[in-house]
Amino acid sequence: MIVETSAGLFCEAGGFHIDPWLPVDRAVITHAHGDHAHAGSAAYLCAAAGERVLRRRLPDAHIETAPYGQRLRMGDVDVSFHPAGHVLGSAQIRIEHHGDVWVASGDYKRAPDPTCAPFEPVRCNTFITEATFALPVYTWDSTATVIDEIHAWWRGNRAEDRPSVLFCYVLGKAQRILAELHDRADGSIYLHGAMWAMTESYREAGLAMASAERVTDEMRGKALAQSLVLAPLSARGTRWMKRLPRASDGFASGLMRVRGVRRQRAFDRGFVLSDHADWPALLSTVAETGASRVLVTHGWSDALARYLSETRGLETGTLKTAYEGEAGELTSAASESSSAQ
Amino acid sequence: MRRFTDLYEALDRTTSTNAKIAALAAYFREAPAADAAWATFFLTGRRLKRLVPSAALWTWTQELTAFPDWLLRECYSSAGDFAEVIALVLDTVAAAEAEPDLTLTAWVEHRILPLQSTDLTGQRDEVIRWWLGLPRGQRFVLNKLLTGEFRVGVAQTLVIRALAEAIGSEPTIVAARLMGDWTPSAEWFATISAPASSSVPGMADAIDPSQPYPFYLASPLEEAPETLGDRAGWLVEWKWDGIRAQLIRRSGQVWLWSRGEELITNRFPEIAAAATHLPDGTVLDGEVLAFKDDRPMPFSALQHRIGRQRQVAQIMRTVPVVFFVYDILERQGADIRQEPLSARRTSLVDLVGGGVVRLSEEVTAPTWTDLAHVRLESRERGVEGFILKRRDSTYGVGRRKGAWWKWKVDPFTVDAVLIYAQPGNGRRASLLTDYTFGVWHEGALVPVAKAYSGLSNAEIDELDAWIRRHTRERHGPVRAVDPVQVFELGFEAIAPSTRHKSGIAVRFPRMLRWRKDKPAAEADTLNSLRRLIR
Repeated sequence: MIVETSAGLFCEAGGFHIDPWLPVDRAVITHAHGDHAHAGSAAYLCAAAGERVLRRRLPDAHIETAPYGQRLRMGDVDVSFHPAGHVLGSAQIRIEHHGDVWVASGDYKRAPDPTCAPFEPVRCNTFITEATFALPVYTWDSTATVIDEIHAWWRGNRAEDRPSVLFCYVLGKAQRILAELHDRADGSIYLHGAMWAMTESYREAGLAMASAERVTDEMRGKALAQSLVLAPLSARGTRWMKRLPRASDGFASGLMRVRGVRRQRAFDRGFVLSDHADWPALLSTVAETGASRVLVTHGWSDALARYLSETRGLETGTLKTAYEGEAGELTSAASESSSAQ
Repeated sequence: MRRFTDLYEALDRTTSTNAKIAALAAYFREAPAADAAWATFFLTGRRLKRLVPSAALWTWTQELTAFPDWLLRECYSSAGDFAEVIALVLDTVAAAEAEPDLTLTAWVEHRILPLQSTDLTGQRDEVIRWWLGLPRGQRFVLNKLLTGEFRVGVAQTLVIRALAEAIGSEPTIVAARLMGDWTPSAEWFATISAPASSSVPGMADAIDPSQPYPFYLASPLEEAPETLGDRAGWLVEWKWDGIRAQLIRRSGQVWLWSRGEELITNRFPEIAAAATHLPDGTVLDGEVLAFKDDRPMPFSALQHRIGRQRQVAQIMRTVPVVFFVYDILERQGADIRQEPLSARRTSLVDLVGGGVVRLSEEVTAPTWTDLAHVRLESRERGVEGFILKRRDSTYGVGRRKGAWWKWKVDPFTVDAVLIYAQPGNGRRASLLTDYTFGVWHEGALVPVAKAYSGLSNAEIDELDAWIRRHTRERHGPVRAVDPVQVFELGFEAIAPSTRHKSGIAVRFPRMLRWRKDKPAAEADTLNSLRRLIR
């Protein structure tokens, strides 16, 4: 029902592409991250909860929406969005054609996130899953544990009159951290300019988050010395950082689970906070969908496909896509922040 | 163990030298003396030997997690660290009863070392109990101790500075006392902490007669030699390409230490025999060199000797060695490292003749320009260039710029094509940074060198992304890539080899330049490389 094309995953019976990376007539979007929501298509459809952030990303696009769970007839198929728990408005796409049900997960996580609706398992025959962190080394600690670590790090730096710069994704991660710190922050939080607009979109959506100020041009040194500053990775090593002398820097990402990755980039601290499913969650999610066939996209797709086929007896395959997930964060940091301006 | 794990994490979490020294010094001050001794042991790269076979740790991990071998291998190729992979994947297994928090010493002496005399089943039960009873951080450190790959990005000099700070001593004294073999204990820690027994830091402070001095190392010369001033103020020697070593004659015995602080006396019996003619209380700094027919043999010949444990007599004939003496550090039992080089050299000339232990001759070309001409003979002579030493220099500790320089010949270069890539180790495990390069031979690319270093982080990222998009085939972690990217490689030496498909072996290959301007078809040929062999 869904095939790989040069533009992306294509549903012929429904006449639409899912998260296409080349311009198409009709794009159905799982979420607004840069590797899933590309500009240039004639028409976009996304979950209603994701409209605000998608418009922020694609201001000139023609966007239609549907609430989670509502069925739309497109061509020969029924299409509906279901929460993916990845970022605000992220959705799995359910497609039914003559009783055959497919679900394309987009990116998803199973850990609770105060900024978005929790992942909803959807029964299907074929499940298209991401595999960003599909290796058993990727097993997440509870969010509370990680937030405690961030808090302790911030407090320790504050005691030394040192700013804490926490690099994180502009859409999703930054707001999730602010929401987790809501009612817990005991110092000032600042946001890099590139994060400001997206965070405002989250606030407009009515989400409770710790208050934060925007870093302005004249702000530097003393003014920021004790604060927590959230910034996109692309700001690292730039002139912008000069305003934060003696800063301790950390990176919030599932990639930080592996010590070598953190050390290669010489971050002082790595906080293992991911918006993707970890290994146990990928396995349990696949089981909950009841799917007999699993197609795996970006990340450690070969490993997940082989494991599911060998140990669960599922029919599996991999799909070649241009999605990057969190693994692309380190290399695509630059494009990420420019598209967020 | 918790305290030691906290130290490990503190060191791991900062790139600041001062913060690392502060964390180390605090540990040395606050931990029990025996723990401080064991921590010093591990942090200076020493390891416990013959504990548990790595393969067994791997098997037990497989049993506990029920993950297939290939999946754990994928994990290893993504994380690049055996001890860490085990620590991480065990998070998928339910924890057992928590282990009590014992000291590092109790762990090492009462738990880990007894594994040496425990059978495999007993080892298995112990290790699994520890794994499931320790939190992840301590589990990781335990694995590091078990596998002996204890690296935390702390240089030995930092440990020495921190120790000196903690015990109120001088780094030079601490450095001397950490050389050679010693057994960690509270008593040992008290010995290294004892005040210096003479005003001159040195061998009077040695704990054991086998103990070598810290080596003094030359820095690469980056400016023109003329910037060093008057030629007459400098002693110039050939830079031999062998094993830098210290020859110790004390208490009627002989010890030969490599710069990596390996005891290599019994690998080179002829040097040990010749050293018995030295007066007691003598320590010489020099180079072990495979030497035949009045010229050095390639370094690979020496490697054969190091590797050989048996039939030494036979290989002694085919690969004879000499010890070229550079310097004398101890004379008649007195540490003379603070004397000027010129005076030490005079002592040396009196002491050694032209036998197996012989003087490294001075190169006498009178001006820098003359020297530059003579330097061109380096390859012909089988040496790597010159070592320049200021005649008034004392014998220092470690690599200190200013008094000793190495002025090496320019490397050989070759333009080669990237043909394979695989993930690096440790901090480079997430990136494809181990490259294999080929040159043309009869219309195909023949692998000639593996290289890991020379690219900037930005170039590594760019190449990593390119490789992922241009992978032709995968064999486990190795990717065969489209033969497109050309790199200028530099290397120090080239020799015929029967172990390599290409028939040649190059020494210290590294990437000098990414030749984006050069099409792969214009890369060098195997024949052009073969012509470099003398």
